[in-house]
Amino acid sequence: MIVAGDPLFRGGVDGAVVLIVLVKTGVAFVALMVSVLFMVWFERKLVSDMQNRIGPNRAGPWGMLQTLADGIKLFFKEDLLPDEADRRVFRLAPYLSIVPAFLAFAIVPLGGTVTIAGRETRLQLADPPVGILFLLAMSSVAVYGVMLAGWSSGSKYPLLGSVRASAQMVSYEAALGLSVAAVVLVTGSLLTSDIVSEQSSSIVDWNLFRLGFLPFGIFLLAATAELNRPPFDLVEAEQELVGGFHTEYSSLRFALFFLAEFMSTVTMSAVVVTLFLGGPSGPGPDSGFPGAFLPVFWFLAKLMIFLFMYVWLRATLPRLRYDQLMDLGWKKLIPLSLFWLLVLAAMILDRRYGFVVFAGGIVLGLVLLRAVRVGQSTTDDAASAAAALREAG
Amino acid sequence: MGYLDGFKVTFKTLFDDRVTTQYPEEKRPKPERLHGRHVLNRYEDGMEKCIGCELCAGVCPARCIYVRGADNPPDAPVSPGERFGFVYEINYLRCIHCDLCVEACPTEAITEGKLFEFSFTNRQDAIYTKEELVVDDDGRPRHQPWEDWRDGEDVHTSAWVRATAPSGAAEFEGRVQWSGELGYGVRPPEAGQSLDQRPDEEKPL
Repeated sequence: MIVAGDPLFRGGVDGAVVLIVLVKTGVAFVALMVSVLFMVWFERKLVSDMQNRIGPNRAGPWGMLQTLADGIKLFFKEDLLPDEADRRVFRLAPYLSIVPAFLAFAIVPLGGTVTIAGRETRLQLADPPVGILFLLAMSSVAVYGVMLAGWSSGSKYPLLGSVRASAQMVSYEAALGLSVAAVVLVTGSLLTSDIVSEQSSSIVDWNLFRLGFLPFGIFLLAATAELNRPPFDLVEAEQELVGGFHTEYSSLRFALFFLAEFMSTVTMSAVVVTLFLGGPSGPGPDSGFPGAFLPVFWFLAKLMIFLFMYVWLRATLPRLRYDQLMDLGWKKLIPLSLFWLLVLAAMILDRRYGFVVFAGGIVLGLVLLRAVRVGQSTTDDAASAAAALREAG
Repeated sequence: MGYLDGFKVTFKTLFDDRVTTQYPEEKRPKPERLHGRHVLNRYEDGMEKCIGCELCAGVCPARCIYVRGADNPPDAPVSPGERFGFVYEINYLRCIHCDLCVEACPTEAITEGKLFEFSFTNRQDAIYTKEELVVDDDGRPRHQPWEDWRDGEDVHTSAWVRATAPSGAAEFEGRVQWSGELGYGVRPPEAGQSLDQRPDEEKPL
């Protein structure tokens, strides 16, 4: 499964190769854990800066060890298991949340090719032939984590939270998938390594520009919703649902959810960088991936932009109402990404077809919009007429 | 672009100055008349001012003061006059720092210090006796190990007395109507009480 593009496996699999893969797995795991530690601190610090507060500043320099302290605290707290809970599912749910978050990270190319102990290998844990579809699969599995957690808690708020979660994540998955499809369409390959190398020749080849911004924007919005991050955090809306799906969780199991949430944030940002911003390639033209330092640096720099953006969104926007959320997902993002996918497909066939489809789509959209307006006003008229009639009678 | 204004606001705030005081490391100056932990004052010659009249205990709404007076021993009097405060206890688990005891006191014996940052780990420590309350030989409040005193915080121990005119009559403002204190002598009246006469750091925020 991992074989595909990595030069590591060209000479067959022996002990050294297995060892390298194990080391890579360990390093990726640790890197992700550290990035979560960083992200939690970064988010708290940045949000407090944006709200004119100080934020964590007690544990370590600038409070950098705060996350570690919180983790240790959670570790020693009592692990509650509600009487009404479905014990097995309740215990399983946190793992359904965290394992996909980590696995999805495995397909992200972090840098170029490096040589370890005479073997060439990519700075990418796995490059399965299903490529980017693996991400979609994993983010779908993560829905089960949230959904089952709420359902198995045997309590109403978690249940409401998980109902919201499943509805939200399923609706936004469509838009997410369609914008990924746009990327796959122009790349002609599902492999993340191919997607990245397609974009590596210069900055104008980044999918962000090549696909005309729209899939990028849609992916970003849908990913935010998929991650349950503000302003799409209806799943754990504290003001309405206590803690949402994780209300009944405490101690280490809660920590796993917490970890999974931030891990997914980092993973999703990494995927955005991979799909639309050329992954580890710099802004200038570079031939393939020479060396290890520069590509990783570019990758991390781009990653930081999105981590910052997620925190910025959280600090700025209030939570969406449920119907607004559904409106945005079903009535705006999905039609828009479908339309753009059609345009892109036609463009690849022939430029002229592309423009025809574009113009046709615009006209059709306007007609549809007009139809909806007219329909709405007639129903409104009918409703007011009926109300008047009732009043008179 | 109504949608994006919010982003501008949060981004700008990122670079704003913080107004938070880093509390345990740095403290804002305390107002001169703050009601803190009490002190029992002494005259300039070292005699205690308390005469054991129990007016403070009588007026205390929280019933946190316990006083017992006794006759001064003729050969070694503790206070000038007939009686002195033999037992004087304040229970700080009950005290609400209302300052009524200070108002009631006929000899300015009890006044409020500026200390409020004290926390004890047992109830016995919460009951301050004469040992803790009476000022030391320099006229300064005695420091207990569980009290957080910083430099200069033990200077103002009787500001309220000097700030208030008898019966609240304005014409008495600035007139010395109080006795001397051990270590300080007769303190000058508080600087002008109108807002524009006060130094900047004491102005309300």
